[in-house]
Amino acid sequence: MSEKSKSISSKKDFIKDERLQKVSKLKVLLNRPELGALGGSILVFIFFGIVAGDTGMFSAYGMLNFLDVSANLGIIAIAAAMLMIGGEFDLSIGSMIGFAGICIAIPAIYWGWPLWISIVFALAMAVLVGYFNGILVVKTGLPSFIVTLAMLFILRGATLAITRLITGRTQVPGLRVLIEDDPIAWIFATDTFKWLFAWLGSMKLIELRTDGTPLATGIPPSVIWFIALTIFATWILMKTKYGNWIFASGGDKVGATNVGVPVGKVKISLFIGTAVASTIFACIQVLDAGSADTMRGTLKELEAIAAAVVGGCLLTGGYGSAIGAAFGALIFGTVSMGIFYTDVDTDWFKVFLGAMMLIAVVFNNYIRKKVTESK
Amino acid sequence: MSEYLVEFNNISKFFGKVIALKDVTMKVKKGEIMCLLGDNGAGKSTLIKTLSGVHKPDEGEIIVEGENTIFDSPKDALDMGIATVYQDLALVSLMSVTRNFFMGREPQKGFSFLKTFDIEKANKIAADRMGQIGIDVRDPSQAVGTMSGGERQCLAISRAIYFGAKVLILDEPTSALGVHQASVVLKYIVKAASQGLAVILITHNVHHAYPVGNSFTVLNRGKSLGTYTKEKLSREKLLGMMAGGEELDKLEVELQEMDRINKKN
Repeated sequence: MSEKSKSISSKKDFIKDERLQKVSKLKVLLNRPELGALGGSILVFIFFGIVAGDTGMFSAYGMLNFLDVSANLGIIAIAAAMLMIGGEFDLSIGSMIGFAGICIAIPAIYWGWPLWISIVFALAMAVLVGYFNGILVVKTGLPSFIVTLAMLFILRGATLAITRLITGRTQVPGLRVLIEDDPIAWIFATDTFKWLFAWLGSMKLIELRTDGTPLATGIPPSVIWFIALTIFATWILMKTKYGNWIFASGGDKVGATNVGVPVGKVKISLFIGTAVASTIFACIQVLDAGSADTMRGTLKELEAIAAAVVGGCLLTGGYGSAIGAAFGALIFGTVSMGIFYTDVDTDWFKVFLGAMMLIAVVFNNYIRKKVTESK
Repeated sequence: MSEYLVEFNNISKFFGKVIALKDVTMKVKKGEIMCLLGDNGAGKSTLIKTLSGVHKPDEGEIIVEGENTIFDSPKDALDMGIATVYQDLALVSLMSVTRNFFMGREPQKGFSFLKTFDIEKANKIAADRMGQIGIDVRDPSQAVGTMSGGERQCLAISRAIYFGAKVLILDEPTSALGVHQASVVLKYIVKAASQGLAVILITHNVHHAYPVGNSFTVLNRGKSLGTYTKEKLSREKLLGMMAGGEELDKLEVELQEMDRINKKN
C-alpha cells in the first residue's frame, strides 16, 4: 500500500509494467520510415561497386550523371512524399511539368517577356493549379486520386492544345540564349563548385577532355536544389508546428480537426507544394535543354510516388519522411543510369523499378502494423 | 455566483419532427462527477454535442460560471474551458505520444518565420503529465499505437486537462476497455475531479458509473428522468431506471411463462 501511494505521489517513480521490454537503439532505428530506403541505397551502391566498379560509373563524371538524374526525380519525390504524409496523392505532377515548361517558353519566345518574368509566371500558375487541386479535394471530399487524375489529362491536353495553337508545333526551342544576363534563370541553370572541379582537373585527380579541361565541370543545379529541398522538407516535418499538422492531417483527419488542426489549409498548401516542385523540375530541365516539350514529365508522377513509397511513405498517409523519399529517388536514379554500365539490357530497368516498389510496400505495411499494434 | 460551474437548463433539441431532447436539465459543481446514463438512442450523443457546442439548443439556456452563454462552435465551448473527449479520442496512432499531446497546439520557440516546434519541452511535459497518472511512457516519441486502450484514454483526458479544461465531458471512456483498464481510467477521472474539475461522465454502464459518480442523471428517449445524488439512489434503483430495467423485468416474466409452458408439455 505504501509503495502504491508513493508511486502516485512521486513523479519519477512510475509503476513499472513487468511485460515491457527494454527498447534497444537498433529497434528505434528500425522504426524510422527512411530505414528501408537507406538500406536499399547501400545495397544498390554495393551491387554497382562490384559489377561496374571499374567502368567509370564512379568517376566524377559518372557520379554527377546519376546524381543529376536522382536529384531531378528527388525534387518532385520529396513534394510527393510530403503530400502523401498529409494523406493525399497528386497524379498531375508529370502534366504540371509539361505545363510549367510551356508557361516559361511561350511567353519568353513568342511574347517577348523577359525570361525571369516567364519563370515567375510559371510559378504563379503552379500555385494556382495546386490551389485548385487542393480546394477541389478538400471541398468535395472526393479521393485526390480521382481529382488529380482528371487534372493529369486536363493539364496535358491544355499544354498540347495551347502550344500548337500559338506555335503550330509541340516543341518550343531557343531558350538557351536567353539565360545569360537574366537575373533569375541562373538559379536553375548554373553549375556550382566549378573551381573545385577545375582544381581537381589541374591536379589530374579527375578525368580530362583532350583539351585539358575536366570532363565534369561542376555540380549541376538539380543536385543543389535536391539537397536544399531535402533539408527544408525534413526541417518542416520534424521541427515545425506545420510539420506536426501534416502528420496529423494524414493520420486522422477527423481527430486532427477536432483538436484544432486546419486540415483543409494544410492539404491545399501541400498540393501547391507538389505543383511548385514540378515547376522547379521544369525550370531546371527546360533551361538545361534550352527547349520546352509538351510531353516533358510524362509518367513522372508515378516515379515520384514510387520513390516516396520506397522511401517509407504509407499510401494511407500519416507516416513517411522526406529523407526516405530522397533515398528512394537516389535508388531509382542510380539504377537507371548504372544499368548502362553493366551488361544487363536496359529494358530490365522498369522490371527492377516495379519489383523494388513491391518489396517496399510489403515492408512498409509490416512496419505500420508494428507501429500501430497495441500491446 | 452560482455554486455550479455549468448549468444546462431545460435544453431541447429538435431535428425536424424528431424530438431528440426535451427539457433536459443538468448541473455540475466543481470537483463533482456527474454521470449521464442512458441506453442507446436515449439522446446521449445529441446532448453531448449540444453541451460541447456542435449543436445549438433549440430551447433552454447554458450557464457557465453564472453567465448565460451561447456556443457558436466547439471552439467557443473549448475557450470557456468545456472540453469534450470523444470516443475516437482524436489521437493519431501513427504519431508519437508528444506529437499527439500537442497536436494543433504545439509549443514554439524562435522568431517569426523561423519558429520551430519545441520538441524537447513538449517531450518533457508529455512524459511528466503521463507520469502523474502513473503511466510510464519510456519514450515520449513512441507511437500512440503501441499504447493500450486505457493509456490512450488517459492521454486524451490528460491532454484536455493540460490545455485548461474546467469542465470535462467524457463520452463513454470505458466502453471499449477491459476490467483492469477501465478501473485505471475511472481512478484517473476521480483524481481529476478531486483536483477541482467538474466531470460529466457519459456511459451506459451502471457498474462503472455508480462507484465514481456523485450525482446521476438518467436519460430516456430524449427526456431526463431526473438527477439524483448518490445518497438517494441505490445501485439497483439506478439499474432499474435505465431504459433496460423495466424491459428486463418483462423479459424475466416472459421467460418464466415460457418455462412454465415448456414444463406443461
